[in-house]
Amino acid sequence: MAKKEVKPSQIAAQIEAENAAALEALRKRREKEHRKMERSKGSNKRVGKSWVNDIWIFLLLTVLGLFMIAPIYIAVITSLKPVQEIFIMPPRLYAIDPTADNFKDLFQVANNSWVPFSRNVLNSIFVTIAATLLHVVFACMAAFILAKCKFPGVKLINKMVVIALLFNSTVTYIMQYIVMAQLGMINTYSALIFPLVATSMGLYLMIQSVGQIPDAMIEAAKVDGAGLMRICWGIVMPNSKPAIMTIIIFQFQAAWNSTGGNLVYDEALKTIPTVVQQIAAAGIARQGAIAASAVVLMIPPLAIFIAAQSNVMETMAHAGMKD
Amino acid sequence: MAEQIQKKEILLRSEQKHTFKENLQYTLHEMKRNQTCYYMLAPFMIFFIIFTVIPVCMSLPIGFTDFDMAHFPPKFVGLQNFYAMFLEDDVFIGSIRTTLIFAIFTGPLSYAMSFLLAWLINELHPILKTAFTLIFYAPSMAGNIYFVWQLIFSGDSYGYLNAFLQSMGITTGAIQWLTDANYVLSCVIVVQLWVSMGAGFLALRAGFQSIDKSMYEAGAIEGIKNRTQELIYITIPSMGPQLMFAAVMQIVSSFTVDIVGRSLAGFPSTDYKVHTIMTHAFDYGWVRYEMGYASAICFVLFLAMLLCNKLISKVLGKYMN
Repeated sequence: MAKKEVKPSQIAAQIEAENAAALEALRKRREKEHRKMERSKGSNKRVGKSWVNDIWIFLLLTVLGLFMIAPIYIAVITSLKPVQEIFIMPPRLYAIDPTADNFKDLFQVANNSWVPFSRNVLNSIFVTIAATLLHVVFACMAAFILAKCKFPGVKLINKMVVIALLFNSTVTYIMQYIVMAQLGMINTYSALIFPLVATSMGLYLMIQSVGQIPDAMIEAAKVDGAGLMRICWGIVMPNSKPAIMTIIIFQFQAAWNSTGGNLVYDEALKTIPTVVQQIAAAGIARQGAIAASAVVLMIPPLAIFIAAQSNVMETMAHAGMKD
Repeated sequence: MAEQIQKKEILLRSEQKHTFKENLQYTLHEMKRNQTCYYMLAPFMIFFIIFTVIPVCMSLPIGFTDFDMAHFPPKFVGLQNFYAMFLEDDVFIGSIRTTLIFAIFTGPLSYAMSFLLAWLINELHPILKTAFTLIFYAPSMAGNIYFVWQLIFSGDSYGYLNAFLQSMGITTGAIQWLTDANYVLSCVIVVQLWVSMGAGFLALRAGFQSIDKSMYEAGAIEGIKNRTQELIYITIPSMGPQLMFAAVMQIVSSFTVDIVGRSLAGFPSTDYKVHTIMTHAFDYGWVRYEMGYASAICFVLFLAMLLCNKLISKVLGKYMN
């Protein structure tokens, strides 16, 4: 035989090496991008860059930022004011004698209602976790397929996903209600969870991000004999962690703040935002408790966003639309 | 020679006929070959189709009926809903006007604002960048916190705005910000602008961050003199995709203004001043349970949003590479 015999083990080693090289290249590119993002100051060669300009920008942003933050500040302050201070005229921008009474009040009022407040808290946690988990797992698989596989219908589905960004739950709410009523889902947990699973925003961001992963890596894995499922969870997803973090954050925010007001009428199924709305309906007398509830509700999404801020920025950089 | 050409043409035509059949066979074959793709796509697509595609597609057929969720089957009334909407329902015509006002202010204005803010923030030190991004994004993240504006715009002297204006000596009496027909629309627009720095803003922020810095250096060599020129010739052209994404987000949020107005100005608001198309759909869907009419309204809204989307992608099309 003139041809040189190639051992299977040699092929495997070669593929392994190719794989490692592709991974290394991806990691390097990521690092480079990251450094590029970090290096915000820019080099000295930029025109019109001076610290005087920076100070003007900083001052302008501070003024606008104060406008943005003022209402949140007022909410926090109101939640700390004792009752007699809430009705001081004119209103003050600070609490003379801050208390935690409003927070205690909130739990008391909520506990005196039909079902214990702990039930509503558990509902909220359950709905948020279920909706986030289902959405993230399903969207990851779908995004890998839509971004990296070629099969009849892939273009059509991709187009549909982009168009569906226009139809978020606010607009389709009434129509969703009719569909869910036909399916007998009204007044069940599924009415709260399933519509949240179907949002296209997370899928879209995921597709854009998975699209950045080099095809060579996936091809190499295919040659190695890995199935699509294995490629998806073993190779593509570990390399898309920022995007996964981002859609977790967005989904968490959406699920945590969703009221589902018309979809459930059983007190035992209601989530925190719905209960808070009911408490707030009592009007001015419960102002302190309303503010307290808003502050409590605000903390989880805010905390998660702060913790994963850089991941979000990296993912959103790929969020652009090409057509 | 002519014969040959004719033969070739016949051959081509027959080939084309074949291609369709072959195409179909090929497609089916490909579908079979890629089975796994469909299996992996299925979980998401099932939810997506049931809760997004079907609701959007059903709005037209249900819009042709008189449907109250109780009587089955829905009664077919033809175009009557659409006829009534545009020719008899004065409140709906008013709501189109209101929606357009909201769309103009919270659409382009807020779009320009997020772009400008993202641009300015990008000039600062990384720590300040993070801080400002958080500050501007916080309102749209914090759920129902817009209720605070009720305290600010409150009609008595307990309201922060009234108290401030009185202490400055600008006004003497308390102004009914949220019930006076002259003020309520502007108040709700302010709040809507306040909550509008959402995902689009984040995309623009990230877009500025990811522009290749060497482009600016090259630009400086090519003779760009100041920041405005830099923005027009380098930044905007290289941010097309992000601009498009932010635009889509903006269309969605500006066409669906509803809950903020309803919870601040009450429902219905004074003189229907903040009564948008969405509010109108809410009114017919959840208060009167006239689902047929509500669906027709939703359908019109869907169409308007799609049209707006097409328009914007035409305008931004030249920045796409």
